[in-house]
Amino acid sequence: MTTATKKPWLDGLLAGRPGSEARPHAWLNELRAAALERAHSLTLPTVRQEDWRFTDLSPLYELAFRPAAPAAVPAGLALEPVLAPEAAARLVFVDGQFMPALSSPATDGVLVTTLASALETHAALVKSRLAQLATFRDDAFCAINTAHLADGALVVARPGAAARTPVQLIFASTQAGVAVHPRCLIVAEQGSELTVLEDYIGLHADARAVNAVSEVAVEANARVRHVRRQLENGSSFSLASCAVRLERDASFRSVSVALGARISRYNLNVTQADEGVNCQLDGLALIHDRQLADTHSFIDHARPHGTSRQLHKCIVGGYAHAVFNGRILVRHGAQGTNSAQQSRNLLLSRRAHVDTKPQLEIFADDVKCAHGATVGQLEAEELFYLRSRGLAEPAARGLLTYGFAAEIVDRIPVPSVVAALRRAVLQEIQAKEAA
Amino acid sequence: MIRERAPTLLEVRDLSASVAGVAILKGVSLTVRAGEVHAIMGPNGSGKSTFAKALVGHPAYQVTSGAAVFGGANLLELPAEERARAWLFLGFQYPVEIPGVANAQFLRLAYNTVQAARGKDELDPLEFDDFVREKMKLLDMDPAFLDRSVNEGFSGGEKKRNEILQMALLEPRLAFLDETDSGLDIDALRVVANGINRLITPDNAIVLVTHYQRMLNYVVPDYVHVMDGGRIIKTGRKDLALELEHRGYDWVAAEATLAA
Repeated sequence: MTTATKKPWLDGLLAGRPGSEARPHAWLNELRAAALERAHSLTLPTVRQEDWRFTDLSPLYELAFRPAAPAAVPAGLALEPVLAPEAAARLVFVDGQFMPALSSPATDGVLVTTLASALETHAALVKSRLAQLATFRDDAFCAINTAHLADGALVVARPGAAARTPVQLIFASTQAGVAVHPRCLIVAEQGSELTVLEDYIGLHADARAVNAVSEVAVEANARVRHVRRQLENGSSFSLASCAVRLERDASFRSVSVALGARISRYNLNVTQADEGVNCQLDGLALIHDRQLADTHSFIDHARPHGTSRQLHKCIVGGYAHAVFNGRILVRHGAQGTNSAQQSRNLLLSRRAHVDTKPQLEIFADDVKCAHGATVGQLEAEELFYLRSRGLAEPAARGLLTYGFAAEIVDRIPVPSVVAALRRAVLQEIQAKEAA
Repeated sequence: MIRERAPTLLEVRDLSASVAGVAILKGVSLTVRAGEVHAIMGPNGSGKSTFAKALVGHPAYQVTSGAAVFGGANLLELPAEERARAWLFLGFQYPVEIPGVANAQFLRLAYNTVQAARGKDELDPLEFDDFVREKMKLLDMDPAFLDRSVNEGFSGGEKKRNEILQMALLEPRLAFLDETDSGLDIDALRVVANGINRLITPDNAIVLVTHYQRMLNYVVPDYVHVMDGGRIIKTGRKDLALELEHRGYDWVAAEATLAA
């Protein structure tokens, strides 16, 4: 993208920013101003950058986007497919706008509210936490998101609080041709336990851009389970990053599932900022037609005795293209690190394509790091086994593909989400069979 | 049990087959009648497993000549799944692991698929659960194996029990059991063999493919065939298995060479 074409496109994406706030939120004005400046000075990603080598965003740059119009709850808003009945607290945003009528905030033990209202009630907390982990210095889309920052979801588990039910954050988009910039701030204070569902769902078939940023701070001895579902429609663009920081003996387990979007990119960055931390990052991309799903993860083992586990799977049909880049950095002094990463990919058609790249950088000598990547078709012996039990070939293929996906889906700690994703996976597979 | 005038289930004539262009079977003939238990024995690489896999329709095994008629139909024309629906079964030597697919889900899908093909009633998950638990008792199998992924992390013996469980569910008229005794300790062998014996009826038949005689102490064969070099070189009664156990296979091969 040339500078001449960048300007109007970027202006479209930056339009509709909030006006300056009066004191006491001058810091927020400054944050947005700095982000805006950065958005203008950073180069938008192209395939000439190493980090974007496999993900060509030109189709995104060819479309013009505008801010979403404020609206009441759209008629016929179909959220049922993502609603998790287990969740006692829920925030719903539609086209960037908070929908109180569809939401149930919480205050006991776990604070679940909007950033906008927390700016009034918990100003110091928001100020000390917001935009601390997701830095926009080198990330144009994060800068654009931050330049828009006025509202979003805030989840704070107070010290020692153990949330028995998951918190659900839903970001639905319905309008055509708009860009929205969802924002989440999740904080698990000392010794707390928290399960958060972050769901992005695109309704109607129109193209739009969803540019999301999440930050997750996990304090000492706290445990966070994080589930992210990306269910945008097939003509939309999903750009997202999630920055996680883990303090001493903290635990973070996440499952991210990408089924939707024409092009999606998810950056998951986890910093093990203190000793004895463990994290597990599992992912599934199930795509077909001409979809592209790109996951870039980065686990920073900055301190000793950290553990990380990662299983990322892609199931790719049609002309679709999946990308996985799993970077693991073991810093000097991060002794006793134990890390294992697996990338497993299933190609369902001859035109389907996967680029998978483990990226290990190890600067400590007493570490255990394993990684592996496989790309393949369904196993002939597995197919024959099922056929020898009476299953026709399409049914056998479907069951094996389903099983491949289910291994990730089953790691989600919320039963209704597991059931819904199992149904969605089956539907995808059956639609493919019928095609 | 050998009975006069028992109907013929399988008639194989001069079957030759190859794997990746290499001829493995070189003219095998075998007749199996209802109620019979056959054992096919022979050294490693003699073609025993190939024979079973070619008959159940493994795509890697190319039949190059010969005929196989099963239940009046030309078996070789049918794809593998149709052979299974037409009451043919193979118990695998190395059952495949399928992570992510619950055993119960797989078993029910297989059961309902063959039931539908045979014009019989399918079972819903609750009905099937009762049904399969009864069958598991036959094999002294823990119902916990229903919730686990198919064969994943099962011990050798558990995998073999799961194979016989599938046989019990699919009720084949003819079952090939490929090295079902391998990987079984003596207690598991007794349990699995008992399960097999209880599945034998006057209307079905079993072909045990085995390297060793120990399974045959429990599931007693009516006929013992010795395979070598892709052919059946000797057929006898159950005593032949004991003789093979004592004397090995070489003398049979030598005898066959002399006779030729």
